[in-house]
Amino acid sequence: KSSVQTIGEEQIQNPYTELLVLKGHQDIVRFLVQIDDCRFASAGDDGIIFLWNAQTGEKLFELQGHTHKITAIASFSSSDASEEKKNLILTASADRTVIVWDCTSGRQVQKVSCFHSTVKCLTVLQRLDVWLSGGSDLCVWNQKLDLLCKTSHLTDAGISALIELPKNCVAAAVGKELIIFRLIAPNDESEAWNILEVKRLVDHQDNILSLVNVNDLTFVTGSHVGELIVWDALDWTKQASECNFWDSSVHSDAQPEIKLSQSPNETSVQHLTSDEECVFAAVGKGIYVYHLQMKRVIACQRTAHDSSVLHIEKLPNRQLISCSEDGSVRIWELKEKQQLPAEPVPTGFFNMWGFGRANKQANQAAKKMQETTAVYFLELVGDLIGHSSAVQMFLSFGELGLATCSADHLIILWKDGERESRLRSLTVFQKLAQNGDLQLKV
Amino acid sequence: MISAPDVVAFTREEELEDELYREPPLPEEYSVPLFPFASHGANPWAKVAGSKFTRDFILISEFSEQVGPQPLLTIPDDAKVSGTFDLNYFSLRIMSVDYQASFVGHPPGSAYPKLNFVEDSKVVLGDSKEGAFAYVHHLTLYDLEARGFVRPFCMAYISADEHKIMQQFQELSAEFSKASECLKTGNRKAFANELEKKLKDLDYTRTVLHNETEIQKKANDKGYYTTQAIEKANELASVEKSIIEHQDLLKQIRSYPYRKLKEADFHPYEPDCALDQANAGCGQDLTTSDPAEPGEPPLYAHLPSYTPKLIKAKSAKCFDKKLKTLEELCDIYFFTQTLDQLHHIERTFRGDVCYLLTDQISRALLKQQSVTNFLFEDVSFLDEKPPEKQYRGCQGLSQDAIERKCLEESPAPKVVISLGSYKSSVESVPIKMEQEIEDSQEPTMSESVTFEHQENLDYLDADIKGSISSGESIEVLGTEKSTSGLTKSDSQASLPVSPSPQAGRSKVGSRRTVSEDSIEVLSTCPSESLIPEDFKASYPSAINEEPYADDEEGGLRFTPKLTPDNADEQEDISKEENLVQVDSACCIGKESPSFLDPLPDVGQKPCDEDGVIRIPPQPYRQAEPGLRGSFGGFPSHDGISGGLLPYELDSRYLSGSREVSKSSLDECSDSTSYISSAASTCSDRTPSPAHPACPASERHKKKAGQNALRFIRQYPFAHPAIYSLLSGRTLIVLGEEEAIVKKLVTALSIFVPNCGVYAKPVKHWVTSPLHLVDFQKWKLIGLQRTVSPAGVNVLHALSRYSRYVSILDADSKTLRCPLYKGTLVSRLADHRTQIKRGSTYYMHVQSILTQLCSKAFLFTFCHHLHLPISEREPEESVVTRRMNFLKLQLGLANEDIKIVRYLAELLKLQYIQEPGQGVSPLLRFDYVPSFLYKI
Repeated sequence: KSSVQTIGEEQIQNPYTELLVLKGHQDIVRFLVQIDDCRFASAGDDGIIFLWNAQTGEKLFELQGHTHKITAIASFSSSDASEEKKNLILTASADRTVIVWDCTSGRQVQKVSCFHSTVKCLTVLQRLDVWLSGGSDLCVWNQKLDLLCKTSHLTDAGISALIELPKNCVAAAVGKELIIFRLIAPNDESEAWNILEVKRLVDHQDNILSLVNVNDLTFVTGSHVGELIVWDALDWTKQASECNFWDSSVHSDAQPEIKLSQSPNETSVQHLTSDEECVFAAVGKGIYVYHLQMKRVIACQRTAHDSSVLHIEKLPNRQLISCSEDGSVRIWELKEKQQLPAEPVPTGFFNMWGFGRANKQANQAAKKMQETTAVYFLELVGDLIGHSSAVQMFLSFGELGLATCSADHLIILWKDGERESRLRSLTVFQKLAQNGDLQLKV
Repeated sequence: MISAPDVVAFTREEELEDELYREPPLPEEYSVPLFPFASHGANPWAKVAGSKFTRDFILISEFSEQVGPQPLLTIPDDAKVSGTFDLNYFSLRIMSVDYQASFVGHPPGSAYPKLNFVEDSKVVLGDSKEGAFAYVHHLTLYDLEARGFVRPFCMAYISADEHKIMQQFQELSAEFSKASECLKTGNRKAFANELEKKLKDLDYTRTVLHNETEIQKKANDKGYYTTQAIEKANELASVEKSIIEHQDLLKQIRSYPYRKLKEADFHPYEPDCALDQANAGCGQDLTTSDPAEPGEPPLYAHLPSYTPKLIKAKSAKCFDKKLKTLEELCDIYFFTQTLDQLHHIERTFRGDVCYLLTDQISRALLKQQSVTNFLFEDVSFLDEKPPEKQYRGCQGLSQDAIERKCLEESPAPKVVISLGSYKSSVESVPIKMEQEIEDSQEPTMSESVTFEHQENLDYLDADIKGSISSGESIEVLGTEKSTSGLTKSDSQASLPVSPSPQAGRSKVGSRRTVSEDSIEVLSTCPSESLIPEDFKASYPSAINEEPYADDEEGGLRFTPKLTPDNADEQEDISKEENLVQVDSACCIGKESPSFLDPLPDVGQKPCDEDGVIRIPPQPYRQAEPGLRGSFGGFPSHDGISGGLLPYELDSRYLSGSREVSKSSLDECSDSTSYISSAASTCSDRTPSPAHPACPASERHKKKAGQNALRFIRQYPFAHPAIYSLLSGRTLIVLGEEEAIVKKLVTALSIFVPNCGVYAKPVKHWVTSPLHLVDFQKWKLIGLQRTVSPAGVNVLHALSRYSRYVSILDADSKTLRCPLYKGTLVSRLADHRTQIKRGSTYYMHVQSILTQLCSKAFLFTFCHHLHLPISEREPEESVVTRRMNFLKLQLGLANEDIKIVRYLAELLKLQYIQEPGQGVSPLLRFDYVPSFLYKI
């Protein structure tokens, strides 16, 4: 029987009481990207990109140009001094092209089709006004789509993730390796751009699946076998690592359920997100909260969903949203435990199962922490059920609501019903005033 | 919804009487005087006692030049309907009204025979001996073989109820005009066709004769003509003359639409021409003898198959030949259209006049509630445009300022005003006054006629030939309609007609002709008040006259307002102050000035030369008492309550001893429910409600009402189920058997609020697994339960989305849905209700739902309930105010609040919806626990 925590039909804290189904895609919708305060783009396996109004759910544009599925999408706001701010989106597709779209006109600005392999990730370096495409090599482009420079062929598998680091550096996840590149902008000495490989980090045992910036000084990586490494963003050294944190024995508050053989799928770090304090990791079906200062997992929900968690996001209000292959979206809240921490599970219990020394030490450390600091836990405050298939990603618009995309070809816009109702009233009275119906007619 | 025809049969039914006796006796002042003949078992509403037919019917008669007046057909075509009623006799009566439609042959001063484009005449006849009253619509069809080329016909709506005829005169007139126009259009087509053939025959004959003459000439070299040759030459000459005559006739008949076009009130429809061309293949415009005619297709090409015949010099005597039947006289397409229209008329006016009136009034009222009426009203009902007159007629009821605005531009006093003053005997009818009123309404009606043409779904159902879309054909019907029902027959031309429009206006345009025997002409058609210019058109000599557009300029200016497309807009327009002068009222005034002063004491002659009329608001307020009087006076027939306000009357009269002094909303609805329940037991004899537009939907309502009654009696958890529907939570009826599920869905569908003006969000039967999108679209779904693997998927989907739905299991009789603790639904669906009939219950539901709508309306459009009064006011205090309003002001408890909020949400969505865009499909839901109910 599934041990997934469930919440009843009564969800007082769940604000999403209204939904809009946005139809348009004909295949799995994999990507959502925010363009500005009220617009977002969606893309997926049908190769079509849609622009939506996040408030009204109105379909703004249907962008057709790719012949294969979309593999990466990034939004890019150009800051030409001459013009007003222009919102662009970049899309990469399995047809080995990258297209730049204008979000205002819905037109294709330019198309690049000189790639040798599929571009799997796109990163915009707003500061340098360039963007990077990562496939089997790493290319640097400027806004006008001139190829500025590129690396040599790195790998056939291609770059799976790319982030910007300080000092014009980027970190690229290539298989098990993490490669740091430095971008050299034109200066007095040279007119040309250049990109240099600075360092190769080979600490991960398996493919790096997620790569995320925490702050200017730190970034985190997660791998397929559940390793989580915190890196220093300046000197690229390992600050901390957590390898078996998914293991139930580590946590005193975990249920006494032990799986001796975890399948890799259940331990892979699918997605990472962070705020200043913590890194939130979607590991298998579970969610883990890793405290950067304490260098340990402070809370977890080991089976947060019925199947793999695909995306996880932290909201400003201490809430955490996760979506999963099981088609549900869940809202969690990180809470401090009010009561005294539960009695630590006697170590003897674990010894029975013959755990190694390292684990024990970790356990000890955890216990020590518990004595001194507060204990956190993730409480399920609501779930959103609407999709009939895996929810690939979601995008939070704060007050405006939440957009989720799924393998069932749909995008659902979840909204706060109360707020929407209020807004509609406002519109009604605006319209009344406009029509002059508010005046008393004699 | 407001009306309840059932209630009128109150005093009749035995079973009810028993029930009444159990009630405490009525206070004296409320008691209803018993119908004097009640003891004889007579239905007080069946004034039909003397009549020999069972129900109203339509009779088409002809004044045959061979056998005199004869009945042709009745609608419905059922011998039972007319019963022992002597159709022949009545045909004689109705055809013997002095209807000189036809001018025959050669008018003096004209070389050729002229066709007389006669307008129809409309009269009301009463035959007290037969107990029959009839609206008679005379029309003339063309027949080449007939004397003077014309065949007089008439269509009569025959009813035993004189009031009905008088009350519904405008509607009847409008509807029959449609039928008549349709028939005449078809006839013109057929006539033109006939002329075509005749011309070819003549042409052929001429050729033959010519050849013979030539041969004779050649054979004859004696230098003088033989008698034979002279005969031949004469014959040839007469054929030549005949050809010219027929060509002229053809030209005349073909010029008809164009001639009509030039008239001010003739709607120049573009589709008309399109249709003509499309129809050309069917043989309408088969001539092109006249190249001057614009846009004529070459016609001979269309009829290559006709073989000309030789015409004998001496044709058969007219009494020898068989005259064409009505079908033969008319293009078959138009003939069937006409029959459809007549059937439609029969359906529309079926039932008691009181039902018709209440129905018209309630529709008119509903029509005004444009903001809320989509919620629970029939969509088709709303789409259908009720005759304008009703709309206006009922505005007398509303008293707020906005309505008065509309009133200002509705110069027509309600026809119902006359109700009270009628007595049962024909002779005492103060015709003068009525006539005036009816005249006044006429043009308005006519405008709505064309309007309805387009909307009329019945027409759309009619069979359509070839590629002609029915929409176009409908418009054709509208184009050639008689000009605002003004009759222009010769007989009427001889009536005292005032020489100037102004004078005509002040003239009372009615007269009364008492013919011998028991026939009384209650009213002739309002033709007397014609503007003289219009007469020109109707005079035979006017046919080939030059267009007199100049004369009509004033009228022309208003034609856009008159076109049916704009009819809807008129309401909107009317709201704009600066347009008040140019509204439809003016056009009415222009067309038929006689009514402009419907209430003489007002003393207004508000029409000036260019047709712009200032209508002061006063008359219409004065009209209100009349309306009220009609409300009260009619059902009782004793005039007990002429002065009562309608609602007072209704409540007192109908709710028996219940206390109705307080007229709060709740009280009203209570009494309503009582009314319905009381009526339900006793209304067998009441006329079956005939919904003018869609009798099917009426049946549906009845059935739905019945099923709903059964449902609320059978299922103790009906309340939460209904609550689910009202609060917008999709209810799924799950069951194995389609019939049972569908029945339940039908029953429950009456509680489902519409999300937009389109279709009801009800899906009767689904077999595939449901998705979120379905709940967004449908609010009531019948779902198949199967044991197959597919069925497992269906159930799995249901359990997955269980938070969005309530599930009514028809097989195990369980309901899974949120708790309901409100009070509203218990009034709506009381399982101990006394209501027994489906239609009654349906109306009961409708009345409660209307009340609910009004609450939702109030809630939605109270500014301070949703927005802060001052800028600094916190949101919380608005929320508090809102809740207080819902609880205290609207008296809503618990879950009832959710219902009103949901309805308010729908209202808002509907209101802010941009035209052209549908309401965005929202799904609103609550996170509330569900419970399982079992029987």
